[in-house]
Amino acid sequence: MSAVHARPAALPAARRAKAVETGWQRTLRRFRSNPLSVLGAGLVAFFVVMALLAPFLAHPTERNPYMIPHSGYASDPRPPSPGHPFGTTEEQFDLFYGVVWGARTAFMVALSVVATAVAIALALGSVSGFYGGRADEIVMRVTDVFLAFPGLILTVVIVAVLGQSVRNAVIAIAVVEWPTYTRLLRGEFLRVRDMEYVQAARALGSGDLRVIARHMIPNAVYPLLILASLNMGGIVITFAALSFLGLGAPPGYADWGQLVSLSHNWIAGTAGDPFTYWYTLIVPGTAIFLFVLGWNLLGDAFRDIFDPRLQGSR
Amino acid sequence: MTAFVVRRLLLLPLVGLGVSGLIFLLLQFLTPAMRASLYIHDPKQLNALPDLIRKYHLDQPVYVQYWAWLVQVAHGDLGWSETAREPVADAIRGYFPATLELALYAFGFILVLGVWLGTQSAVHKDHVLDQVSRFTSISGASLPTFVWGLLLLMIFYGHFGWFPPGRLSLNADLYVRSGAFHPYTGLMTVDALLNGRLWLFWDAAKHLILPVATLTYYLTAVLVRITRSSMLETLRTDYVRTARAKGLAERVVVDKHARRNALIPVITLGSLLFVGLLSGVVITETVFNYPGIGQWGVEASQQLDIPAVTGFALIFAGLLVIGNLCADVMYAIVDPRIRLS
Repeated sequence: MSAVHARPAALPAARRAKAVETGWQRTLRRFRSNPLSVLGAGLVAFFVVMALLAPFLAHPTERNPYMIPHSGYASDPRPPSPGHPFGTTEEQFDLFYGVVWGARTAFMVALSVVATAVAIALALGSVSGFYGGRADEIVMRVTDVFLAFPGLILTVVIVAVLGQSVRNAVIAIAVVEWPTYTRLLRGEFLRVRDMEYVQAARALGSGDLRVIARHMIPNAVYPLLILASLNMGGIVITFAALSFLGLGAPPGYADWGQLVSLSHNWIAGTAGDPFTYWYTLIVPGTAIFLFVLGWNLLGDAFRDIFDPRLQGSR
Repeated sequence: MTAFVVRRLLLLPLVGLGVSGLIFLLLQFLTPAMRASLYIHDPKQLNALPDLIRKYHLDQPVYVQYWAWLVQVAHGDLGWSETAREPVADAIRGYFPATLELALYAFGFILVLGVWLGTQSAVHKDHVLDQVSRFTSISGASLPTFVWGLLLLMIFYGHFGWFPPGRLSLNADLYVRSGAFHPYTGLMTVDALLNGRLWLFWDAAKHLILPVATLTYYLTAVLVRITRSSMLETLRTDYVRTARAKGLAERVVVDKHARRNALIPVITLGSLLFVGLLSGVVITETVFNYPGIGQWGVEASQQLDIPAVTGFALIFAGLLVIGNLCADVMYAIVDPRIRLS
């Protein structure tokens, strides 16, 4: 509603401008004006490139490229050297390889979780918001139950029952995330349901499915994408935490959380030098931190630009 | 007020039913034989499996099973935990005080620090303190708890040797297990004082400092953000301007007029904080090798100790439901508009 009211005031200002600014240009201008947003985009772009170029940056030698190659089985980590630019961690897993391919793992996990959650939201949230009534009541009560669990606890329980693997960790995180997406889409559907263009589509004789798919979803899906961008970092942290707890990626898998867990035994260093094995923690820890920071900053930027209503919550 | 609380309390069993239903549904991924084997803790009992399947109605329709399981849980029979080597209910009773102690200290620090920092950075918007607290809250949200905890451990245990992991050092642990020590509450710091053993108190405190610091840093970030934005909104309201116009001292305006109202949304979001605390406790206990419910639950999950995992999930879900209830009731106490609607 506020957008409709704001328009008459905004129009003359836009006319006065020399060239009419398109929506994309305005978005880009707002985006550039905040250095933190640019930093976030830069970090995310950096990791995208790293994930895409992984086979060239760190050449896979195992049959499964996600398994980190290790030279020998000596248990103590080795400091950075020409052959291993970031050093090796417990059992000689190469940290550089792990960090580079870990970027792929992070994107793979986060995108799979978001895709699953959005798909469930599109199926359940749209039915719930469109038809209302009993269907809505049931879906909402089910989400209540899922939201009554602390997220990490629920993922731990699901992985414990399904067994430890990357796939099961993704399933577990998706199970925790879908209620938020579903509730958001339902809310958007309630807002869009009585708009004139939906009524017009109905009056023209469109079926329910067509109204939902062609008219309502395209107008209701954007907040979901903002939520997804805000959520990417959180998903990667949860997955890393699962791996750290020994419930996500198996040992030797290129995953940052798993690499951090390998540093657990070497935290105290040696007798004379407590920071002997600093790289085992700092290298994968920095990778997670920068990845999540990038997404958090980018998500904040998207929210501020596309959904000004949410600005107050910052 | 009473009516409101009673109405909320009536919802409690419903939520409990849903939560237990979800856990039960998850258990359906296991075969009856697997679930029956969860009730035995000796290989000699293996040939009793068919009897156990019958006894626990594992060959019956799902709703019969669910009811039987609910009755069992209501009687406190959660099965045998292989990781703790004792019944699940006993294990929970044993581990819970340690977790509670950690959570209570962390919660206290988070509330005081978060509300203070949030207020200060709203009052001094865009000044140094505000920038520092904003930077801290952004980095706190991006740095995983376990990386932060391990960093602290590397510096304060590895380098300085001040704060060791675990809950007690060896000789303190031996003393606590000897007959001379009376555990009154299970909270080690409190018990040490009640027993008049200052050295024991210091030993327990030394082990608590790092885990509490880890949880505090991570969750204060959340609270500062909430308090700051709520405070900023309140400071712009008319009644705050009126209070200033009356010539009240700035401190009175901030502390008495603005903050009291600004804290209302903070209370609602307090349940969010509680969720964070419950998840944080699980990771923190694992990082610092602190023998609480979280560490036990994680170990149980790794070793397919399903009864323990079930108990772990039930107790945390229960805590969250109670936490939400407390937040709702407090909300109703501080904001009369909620009760009337």
